[in-house]
Amino acid sequence: MELSGGEILVECLKAEGVDTVFGYPGGAVLHIYDALFQQEQVQHVLVRHEQGAVHMADGFARATGKPGVVLVTSGPGATNAVTGIATAHMDSIPLVVFTGQVHSALIGNDAFQEVDNVGITRPCVKHNFMVKDVRDMAETIKKAFYVATTGRPGPVVVDIPKDVTDPKVKVPFSYPEKVAMRSYQPTEKGHSGQIRKAVDMIVNAERPMIYTGGGVILGRAGDELTHFTRKLGYPIVNTLMGLGAYPSSDKQFLGMLGMHGTYEANMGMHHCDVLIAIGARFDDRVTGDLSKFCPYAKIVHVDIDPSSISKNVVVDVPIVGAVKSVLTEMIDLVNQAGGAKKPKELESWWDRIEQWRGMKSLEYKWSDDIIKPQYVVQKLWEVTGGDAFVTSDVGQHQMWAAQYYGFNKPHRWINSGGLGTMGFGLPAALGAKWAFPDEEVACVTGEGSIQMCSQEMSTALQYQLPVKIVSLNNGYLGMVRQWQEFFYSGRYAMSYMDSLPDFVKLAESYGHVGMRIDKPSDVEGALREAFAMKDRLVFMDFQTDPEENVYPMVPAGAGLNEMILL
Amino acid sequence: MRHIISILMENEAGALSRVAGLFSARGYNIESLCVAPTHDDSLSRLTLVTSGDEFVIEQIVKQLNKLIDVVKVQDMADTAHIERELMLIKLQAHDNMREEVYRLAEIFRGQIIDVTESSYTVQLVGPGSKLDAFIDALGSVPVVEIVRSGALGVARGPRGMLVPEV
Repeated sequence: MELSGGEILVECLKAEGVDTVFGYPGGAVLHIYDALFQQEQVQHVLVRHEQGAVHMADGFARATGKPGVVLVTSGPGATNAVTGIATAHMDSIPLVVFTGQVHSALIGNDAFQEVDNVGITRPCVKHNFMVKDVRDMAETIKKAFYVATTGRPGPVVVDIPKDVTDPKVKVPFSYPEKVAMRSYQPTEKGHSGQIRKAVDMIVNAERPMIYTGGGVILGRAGDELTHFTRKLGYPIVNTLMGLGAYPSSDKQFLGMLGMHGTYEANMGMHHCDVLIAIGARFDDRVTGDLSKFCPYAKIVHVDIDPSSISKNVVVDVPIVGAVKSVLTEMIDLVNQAGGAKKPKELESWWDRIEQWRGMKSLEYKWSDDIIKPQYVVQKLWEVTGGDAFVTSDVGQHQMWAAQYYGFNKPHRWINSGGLGTMGFGLPAALGAKWAFPDEEVACVTGEGSIQMCSQEMSTALQYQLPVKIVSLNNGYLGMVRQWQEFFYSGRYAMSYMDSLPDFVKLAESYGHVGMRIDKPSDVEGALREAFAMKDRLVFMDFQTDPEENVYPMVPAGAGLNEMILL
Repeated sequence: MRHIISILMENEAGALSRVAGLFSARGYNIESLCVAPTHDDSLSRLTLVTSGDEFVIEQIVKQLNKLIDVVKVQDMADTAHIERELMLIKLQAHDNMREEVYRLAEIFRGQIIDVTESSYTVQLVGPGSKLDAFIDALGSVPVVEIVRSGALGVARGPRGMLVPEV
């Protein structure tokens, strides 16, 4: 079979089982778009801005666990995509991003819409390639999907000069069945000696704590984690990226840890004697001041990425491997050991934890007059039965969504944790809705964040993606304002949002439904009304308390036991 | 502590920039860097000298291994090894200085590879510390320019750096 480069690309996508490409056309990718146009198997979602395309593919990938695929043109198409690529990179999300490039003969000539895509994206991808010869296209794409989806996943960029997809140049095509790279062989299976050593330490713990992150979700190890945790009867905390890996309604769950974690989670971390870190990377938002982090603990760390181990915190028992495989082995060994060996100490540890839990650190002051943002998220949970896909943007609303929407399943909580990208929420919600049209998808956002990618409401109309936008509008860039209140004596530099659009009219102008909600008593009704409109995107503009803060808070530079409570 | 790190990389365009970019992005120090092809066309060997405590060096090795094009990384400090560096040093050598420069080059087993009425260019091979010692020993001899290759390292014994099987 002889095919052109554009046709080969499309055939490769089919072979990889890709059903959707999120993208935006332009000069350098016209041959590819022409090839896409002439088939029906691979659908294309036309976005309104390339950043939206990458976030959409990212939301799709986080919701499904499958790689997201993006196609953008050269120059500005590629540079607009960079924020999305960096977002995916920080959260280890598998994406394959095809960027157009100018004709090979023009590369380096400052040609129209030329930019060094490989150079620009190098620091924010897992790997990138430039296809210089159409005969290398199929193998490169095979490698791109392989690298993106294996080991610690991440985005891979494939840069394709226009002449490589020339429809007049046809070459024999066959998609490689396998790929083997001597330079890339991720470790899946953990070292059994280390696993034995870890389990011995774990079952003998007196004040244990299980701390898990996004790696458990990416590694699809939620069931194993739940089994492991229940068998031991140990307390568990999740990072922002790890929420949903363990059912949050379970008694053993102490909530999110870190800067805006619960009192019981952070105190439990601080006082534990054995810390079991699984698929987490000891991010600065999690650890607080490193010199004060878990001062009494021996640490076991399971991670598929060797460079995550002992990067920020030196650990006692490192285990490199896929969390699913390692947890499966650990469960066997825990069973052989007959479970936890220190029931008495464990009981008094739980007594201490229950005292911390009794502080009710997530309580907030109720108001009859003004809508509390936390209340909106709690009602969102009720109205959606706690089972929606919830995306968020970045800021206070993100923390409230994480704190008050109790996630019971993995893949349901979708947010930009590592890079903290405002504008992520709406396109990510559209990507999730595209993957799961029959499921409820809510984007919890704020009036600041939503304006960074609001143009994707147009995409939502074109492809009938009726997500629900829950905007917690406090008229401030809330998290910035909160820091200014705490650490800059209330000097609110540029954190007040003046001249906001009428969001109801904005939604309506895009062909959707807009609602403005001012009173606490209207919150639940509005949510029910919105979610009853199954086939409409509804923008709910909740007018919330402008000066509400996110509590608890570990100030930058403090230890986890030095929280500010309400 | 100073470490010589040897890296075998796929001989792809941009491989060097991945290493250099990693070092600058993560704030690691590069004292010297040398890249050249090997007897295997598909590989290039990169030798760099860096410094840091054991945790920094451990991270550097891990981060290098994480680069998709990197086939093998070896910290020469982990093994008995030989270090060599080439220096070409151009010195002003007028009448009464010529004899002294000549003698110094002899003592350090250097070779004079270019001569003019007013200069000598000396070629010197050895570990970096030997080259430094030569420069120190020059005393008042005026240096015109110094060109150093950066250190190279090779493990002692019969075995080479092992390329993993596919």
